[in-house]
Amino acid sequence: MNLQSVPFEWYLILAAVLFTIGAVGVVTRRNAIIVFMAIEMMLNSVNLVFISAAQFLGDISGQIFVLFVMAVAAGEAAIGLAIVLALFRNKRTVYVDEVNVLKW
Amino acid sequence: MSLEVALFILFGIGAIASAIGTVTRRNPVAAAVNLIAHFFMLAGLYLTLQAQFLAVLQILVYAGAIMVLVVFVIMLLNLGNEEALREQFTLRKVLGVVIAALFLLQVSVLMNSAPSEHVHLSSNAAMLGTAESIGQALFTTYLFPFEAISLLLLAALVGAIILAKRKVE
Repeated sequence: MNLQSVPFEWYLILAAVLFTIGAVGVVTRRNAIIVFMAIEMMLNSVNLVFISAAQFLGDISGQIFVLFVMAVAAGEAAIGLAIVLALFRNKRTVYVDEVNVLKW
Repeated sequence: MSLEVALFILFGIGAIASAIGTVTRRNPVAAAVNLIAHFFMLAGLYLTLQAQFLAVLQILVYAGAIMVLVVFVIMLLNLGNEEALREQFTLRKVLGVVIAALFLLQVSVLMNSAPSEHVHLSSNAAMLGTAESIGQALFTTYLFPFEAISLLLLAALVGAIILAKRKVE
C-alpha cells in the first residue's frame, strides 16, 4: 500500500537542512526578532523529525512530543518578545551586538 | 513519480526557500511573512506524513498565534531595515559558515552509513495522526507531562506580563 511513499531519509535530510539554515540565521543576524524567528525555525525542523519518526515507526509518542514542543515554543515566544520589548524600552535598540550591559 | 513524492518535493523546496528568505531579508516584516509561508509548507509536509491533527495545529499555533505576536511586536517597535554589519568579515559570519559546513558534513556521513533497506510509512500511520488517538495518549499515558506543560504556560504568562509592563511607581 505504501510502496510509493517518500523514504524516511528524505525527511531527515530536509529537517537537517532547515535546522542548519536556522542555526546560521541565529549566529549571523543582528536583529533580535529575526534571531528569535530563526530559533522557531530550528524548533520546527526538530518537530519534523519527531513526526516523521512517529509515522514511520508507528508510535504515537513522537506526535505527543511535538505538542509539548509547540507549547514550549508558545511560552518562549511570549517571554522572548517581552524581553525584546523591555530591551527596546531601556536601550532603544533590538540589535544583539549593541547590547553589552552584561559584558564587563 | 507518485503523488506523495511530488508533494514532498514541492513542500520541501518551498520550506527551504522560505527558510532562506527568513534569514536573509533585511526587513523584519518580510522575514515574518517568509516564516509564515515556511510554517504552511511544514504543515503540508505533516500532511504528507498523514499527521493531520498536528498539521492543523501547526497552522493554528505557529502561523496563527505566534506569528501574530511577532508581527505585533515588529509593529510596536516600528523597526526599519536592518543595517549591514560594519565589518565585512566578522566572527559571526565565519561562525555561520562553519556551522553550516559542520551540519552538512554530519548529514553526508550519516547518509553514507545509513542501511540501504527502504523504510516505509507505518501501516497505521493515518490512524495515529487523528485527534482521537493523540487525545487518547495525551490524557492517559502522558497525563503528567500534560499537566506540567500547563504549569509552564502559566509561568510563561506571568513572566511575560511582568517583563513587558511598565514600572508603576
